[in-house]
Amino acid sequence: MKMDNAADIRAADIRLAGVGKTFGQGEHAVRAIGDATLDMQRGDFISLLGPSGCGKTTLLRIIAGLERPSEGEIVVRGHPVWEGGKRSAEATRPVSMMFQEARLFPWFTVAENVALPLRLRGVRKAEREARAHALCETVGLKGFERMRPSSLSGGMRQRASLARALITEPQVLLLDEPFGALDAMTRDTLNMELMSVCAQAQVTTILVTHSITEAAFLSDRVVVLAARPARITEVIEMPFERPRTLDLQRNPEFQDMLVRLRASLTGGH
Amino acid sequence: MRTDRFLRIALPTATVAAFLLAWTAYVHTAEVSAFILPTPLQIVSAFIGLVSDAEIWRHALVTVIEAVSGFLIAVVLGITLGMAMARIQMLEWAFKPFIVCLQLIPKIALAPLFILWFGFGLESKIVIAAALSFFPVFSNALVAFRSVEPGDRDVFTMLQANPVQRFTMLDLPTALPVVLAGMEVAVVMSMIGAIVGEFIGGNEGLGYLAVAMLQELQVPGLFAVIVLLTLIGLTLYTLIAQLRGWLTPWHASVAGRSQDA
Repeated sequence: MKMDNAADIRAADIRLAGVGKTFGQGEHAVRAIGDATLDMQRGDFISLLGPSGCGKTTLLRIIAGLERPSEGEIVVRGHPVWEGGKRSAEATRPVSMMFQEARLFPWFTVAENVALPLRLRGVRKAEREARAHALCETVGLKGFERMRPSSLSGGMRQRASLARALITEPQVLLLDEPFGALDAMTRDTLNMELMSVCAQAQVTTILVTHSITEAAFLSDRVVVLAARPARITEVIEMPFERPRTLDLQRNPEFQDMLVRLRASLTGGH
Repeated sequence: MRTDRFLRIALPTATVAAFLLAWTAYVHTAEVSAFILPTPLQIVSAFIGLVSDAEIWRHALVTVIEAVSGFLIAVVLGITLGMAMARIQMLEWAFKPFIVCLQLIPKIALAPLFILWFGFGLESKIVIAAALSFFPVFSNALVAFRSVEPGDRDVFTMLQANPVQRFTMLDLPTALPVVLAGMEVAVVMSMIGAIVGEFIGGNEGLGYLAVAMLQELQVPGLFAVIVLLTLIGLTLYTLIAQLRGWLTPWHASVAGRSQDA
């Protein structure tokens, strides 16, 4: 990993310093992630790539403040995520997260689900409805606003979930394999949309994935993780120009990069 | 589809009609005494006589007040305790075994005791109705408020929801369908409680009237009281089922029902 200079570290959007997590105690202790150190600049797109059990989801949840690290520190936009054993509101407010499941609530309509973050922040009904409808149109849910989530397809649900994540205009987007359960075509479409949204709004994005192609295609850098012991083994730059199109995936350099990533994953070094 | 709709009305009507015809035929051919088993027609005329008497509505009102009061007490206590125990582990450890033991007592057997403690008036019947209908509400509420998925909680944590928002927009809507299913069972139990209480002691209510009819060997009248009790039970049950449709229209149990209609 390339060493950043001191000025960059101060300007870092997200900073992980020696983050580790152990579940359980004594003989039954399981090391979920160890000594994770990483700096991200504003607008960076990085992927956490690794086999299942390498602690990539745990690391993402630690950054989100959903899991407490056993050691080390996470700083988001200058605020430590954990302060005195408490999740910091300043550090987590600019952060949105998407999960493997859409996690829409059946008692709300699609538009109400999308508007939920604004409702929880006390935004007036008229304003949040207008913003939810506008965003539904952006993510391709026009005409579905008044439906219940149960009448949407899997891809449509994740679109709604994406809209819900974007409605607060987040500065940091954490994605836990959000499109993993979708078919390849829907997945490509949603990834393209995601990339353009992130680039436009200069959103700092961390994506957890086990797809090498997805990681290489979307990211500025790919963080390769290994299991047993769970750790970061390598951080690889993806030197492809933006904006990227699906044609990039047929590029020989891109293919070489996939081989390189696969070697890094299996070799562990 | 149209024949399906026709059959769904015609078939149950035919079943009921066949049952009533067989009943009438049996009473006539076997020459059963009207003191033992009246014909459906005799019951209908007894029922009409019963409901045209103003006195009956006083008795009916007493039974409904007892059942509904007992039910409401059970709902408030059951939901409060179930919710509290779902949230606070220590409370469950402290009280759950005790409550389960109470549940294992056949509560009908406690009815005479409640009459002894609370007298022959409305109070004792309300207590019996509450005791019978408490557990379905409580146990469903305990399970319901526990069944909020960790992943859904994560969403609310990420959105920095305050405790009130969490309760009204996550815990309550998650729990409601199961709590309401418990209430559907409980409302039937509360009717049973009120009637049993009236059997044992007191001088008003439809349960009391049923016993009085039996002692006077007015068997068609007894049947008429049973019919009226059934109708009241059906009304209360339908009200709760309606409530479920209004409060949880998104839920599969409700959505499925509206598709049938």
